[in-house]
Parts: sequence; C-alpha cells; structure tokens
Amino acid sequence: MGSRFVRTAVAGLTVLAMGGLVGCGKSMGTADSAPSPGPSSSAVTGTVTVFAAASLTESFTQIGKDFEAANSGSTVKFNFAGSPALATQINQGAPADVFASASPKNMQAVTDAGNGDGSPTTFVKNQLVIAVPKGNPKGIKGLADLTKAGVKVALCAEQVPCGAAASRALAAATVKITPVTLEQDVKAALSKVKLGEVDAALVYRTDAMAASTDVEGVEFPESSSAINEYPIVVLTNAPNKAGAQAFVAYVLSDRGKAVLNAAGFQAP
Amino acid sequence: MTGIGDHEAAERPNLAAPPRRRLAQRVPVGLLVPAALGLLFLVLPLAGLVIRAPWTTLPERLTEPATLTALGLSLQTATIATVVCLLLGVPLAWLLARVEFRGRRVIRALVTVPLVLPPVVCGVALLLVFGRKGLLGAWLDATFGFTLPFTTTGVIVAEAFVAMPFLVIAVEGALRGADARYEEAAATLGASRWTTFTHVTLPLVAPGVAAGAVLCWARALGEFGATITFAGNYPGITQTMPLAVYQTIESGDLDGAVVLSLILLTVSVTILAALHDRWITSA
Repeated sequence: MGSRFVRTAVAGLTVLAMGGLVGCGKSMGTADSAPSPGPSSSAVTGTVTVFAAASLTESFTQIGKDFEAANSGSTVKFNFAGSPALATQINQGAPADVFASASPKNMQAVTDAGNGDGSPTTFVKNQLVIAVPKGNPKGIKGLADLTKAGVKVALCAEQVPCGAAASRALAAATVKITPVTLEQDVKAALSKVKLGEVDAALVYRTDAMAASTDVEGVEFPESSSAINEYPIVVLTNAPNKAGAQAFVAYVLSDRGKAVLNAAGFQAP
Repeated sequence: MTGIGDHEAAERPNLAAPPRRRLAQRVPVGLLVPAALGLLFLVLPLAGLVIRAPWTTLPERLTEPATLTALGLSLQTATIATVVCLLLGVPLAWLLARVEFRGRRVIRALVTVPLVLPPVVCGVALLLVFGRKGLLGAWLDATFGFTLPFTTTGVIVAEAFVAMPFLVIAVEGALRGADARYEEAAATLGASRWTTFTHVTLPLVAPGVAAGAVLCWARALGEFGATITFAGNYPGITQTMPLAVYQTIESGDLDGAVVLSLILLTVSVTILAALHDRWITSA
C-alpha cells in the first residue's frame, strides 16, 4: 500500500512537472504574440475555476477533462449549483474564472455588478421535459397529467432558471399544479424522481438524458415556449484570466459543441 | 473581578474554598488572547448580521406573509418535535440511567449517533427508512396510503430525530446526578416503580428535563439539513425558517436572507433567555 501510494504520488508529480515544463516552453515560444483565444496550441497552465449551472454537470465535467487533456498542466475545477446561488457567490467575491449560467437573468446580475469581462456569449439552449421513473408507472403523457390526484410533482424554485422555465411552460399550457417541493437546483428536483419520492419533475431534457438509467423524459409541446439560453463569460476578477479565456473558447469550439450536443443541448 | 468572585462564592456557599484568590491572580496572556479571539470569532458574525441588516425596509419585510408563515411553521414544528422527544426521550434516558442490562453502553452510544452525524446524512437515512420506497415507508404507503416526505409531519420527524439525543443526554445526566436514595426510600415505602418515577424521580430531575427540552427545542428550530433532504421545501408545509433563509440567499436576495436570519436569531435568543432565567439557573 505504502509503496503504491509513493509510486502514484511520484507519477503524479512527474506528470505535473512535465506539464509545467511544456507550459513554460510554449509560453516562452509565444511570448511576443498576444494570447490568442480559441483552443490554440498554446497550452494553458494552472487551475481554471468554473462556476456552472447544475444542469451543465455532466457535459462540463467531460469538457473539463478534454480541456485538461488538450492543455497538460492545467486543472479545471467546477462549482455546480443553481445559477442564482453562483451569481451571488461571484458577486460576493468568490475567486472564480468563468461563469456559465442557465439563464440570461442570473448572468445579468453578474455583469451588472461589473464582474463580467466583456459581454457574455450564449453557447447553448435547453428545454424542459417531464422526468418520470423508468417505465412511466403513472402513465404521464403531458403537463395536464401532472394535475391528477395522487401524482406528486417536484419543481425547481421559481428563483432558479429551471423553475422560471417551468412556470412559463405551465402558464403556456394554462395548467396549474401544486408541487410537493420546490428544489434549489435542477439536480435536486431530478434526484427526488430517482429516489421515487415524487412521480414526476420538470427538468431539462439534458438532465433526463444524463439520468437515463433511472428516469425517462416525457417531451411536451409547451416546453418550446420556455427555452432557456445559457450564457458564458470570463470574470473580471478571474485569478487565471488566460485559463478562463481558453476554457470559454474551448466550450465554444467544435469539440466543446460536440460534447454539449451529445448531452442533448441545442445550438443557440 | 472581586465582584464576580463574591457573586460566585455567594451562589455556591457549599464550595470549600472561595475562588476569589484564583480570580485575583493575573490571567495568563496565553489564555486571555485565545479566549478573546474565540469570543470575537463567535460574536463577530452575529454582529455582521445586525450591521448588515436593511433597517429601512425592515418593517415591511418583517410583516411579509411568507416570513410569518415560515416563522409560524418553525415554532410549531420545533415545539411538537420537543414534545415528541420528551415523551420518548425521558423514558429512554431513565432506562439508560436506572436499569442495568446487557448492551447498555452500546445503546447509549447508538442514542448519541444522530448528534455527531451530519444532518444531511440523517435526512438520507430517514429517507431510506421512512421515504416512499423506504423500509417502513413503503409499507406505510401501501397500507395506509400515507407518506412522510413533503409533509409537516415529516419535518417534525426530521427535527425530532436530530434533536432527541440532546434531550436524552441532558436527562440521563440529571438522573445520574440525582440522589437515588429518595427513590429507594419510596420503594421501601411500597411505591411501585411507575409511582416512584412519576412522584419522586421526575420532580427530582425536572430542572434537568427542562434544560434538555430547551436544548432540544433550539436544535429542532435550527434544523436544516435533515429537513430539506427528507421533507423537501414548500412554503407553509415544509419550509421552516432555516429553509427560507437558504432559499432566499440562494436566489440572490441577500437583504431578505439577512432579515430572516435576524428574526430567527431574535426569536431563539429571546426564548432561550426567558427559559434560562426561569428554569436552568435553578438546576
């Protein structure tokens, strides 16, 4: 055990050291040219801290791994939570490099406070589905079925983007439902379905797809009137600005788009 | 300094040596500095709440129906949870303190587990047993069509689960400290164990029970992790004050969260102070 730990540690350190050397070499070579945005060959080093909406958990984790592989010597750290919570944390001075929000509203809270470096870019769109347990035991086919007696529904709280989208969709369908709980982010609402505590939850299509072993997503027409746009921005006080710019460029690149499309996001 | 010494000596006349001389000595800097830092650490965040409070909009925010609903629910659930804890916890404490049986140490350790568990873990554990798919919950649902999550009863269950150990420990401590000879005297005079318990033991440890109940109530009032995990979050049904504070800060309304926190702080401090004067000092 002991020697294995030492070997792993040494291997890790070697990788880090090599990454550092490569990074140095590259940055020395391009010292005169301005740092070009985009997934260029100039390797990024250090830690990039990304605050991202909970619905981006799977796709951004994958993009983070790809980014680290493309930029040896870099580490991407994520803080996934409800977008308003992330906006509050950023405006209270959390040391983040990048903010990816599930709605323009929470992004605006950050840019209005002067914490956005440049204007945000919309990188994906997402829409809601009804997440039900595998096999759809309650036979839910649309929003109207959520009003049936004995159907327990979890929604996101209206303050978070998935909750705001849910109330827009319900308004469009002129359906009134009384949820049993209002969750603070989309993953919390989804987990209530996974646990079997509720019969349905309004979540993003991407969340239902990511949890496809336990839940299925029921599409409904009114979700088209509640499409959320996801903006991303480099933060003004980013401790690693070069890393932040490279990460945002990577998300917007074809490789980033491919991961997001595979997760079920739509192009903006 | 001497004032405090006099006061202490007067309050505890049975102490052999009055602590006046010890207090009169210089307090070592090595203790004074960390003590002052510790005090500052505890008081500063509370001061922050008061300083940061939006005093101008305070009156209207205080009377918002949503705030009053959450406060009412908190007071109601914490109080019922405390009653439940008293009904179950006092007998449990008596069992641990007065009856010799095998495995008593293990049971005592088990009783204190919820005390050291992170509350969110308590919530997960409650879900696994009382959730709709849980060990007992599935049966409850199938037999009575009744489920605990997302109900006010579920909030009470979560609060009682995390708060009961406080009561049991306090009451057991009081029982162990109480003079067992009174109970023996009652028994020799022919009182049954039940009569002895109700007429001798309980009055004897009443201050300890009261102190335990206050601790238990305060813990229940502040309960957050187990409640949001097990009972969910819905205004008027499961959204207690701590959940309302969390939702408000999560949605970016810092001022609102500060106001709710201030209310919770004021209510708990007021009630604890009132009960403290009345009950605990007599212990």
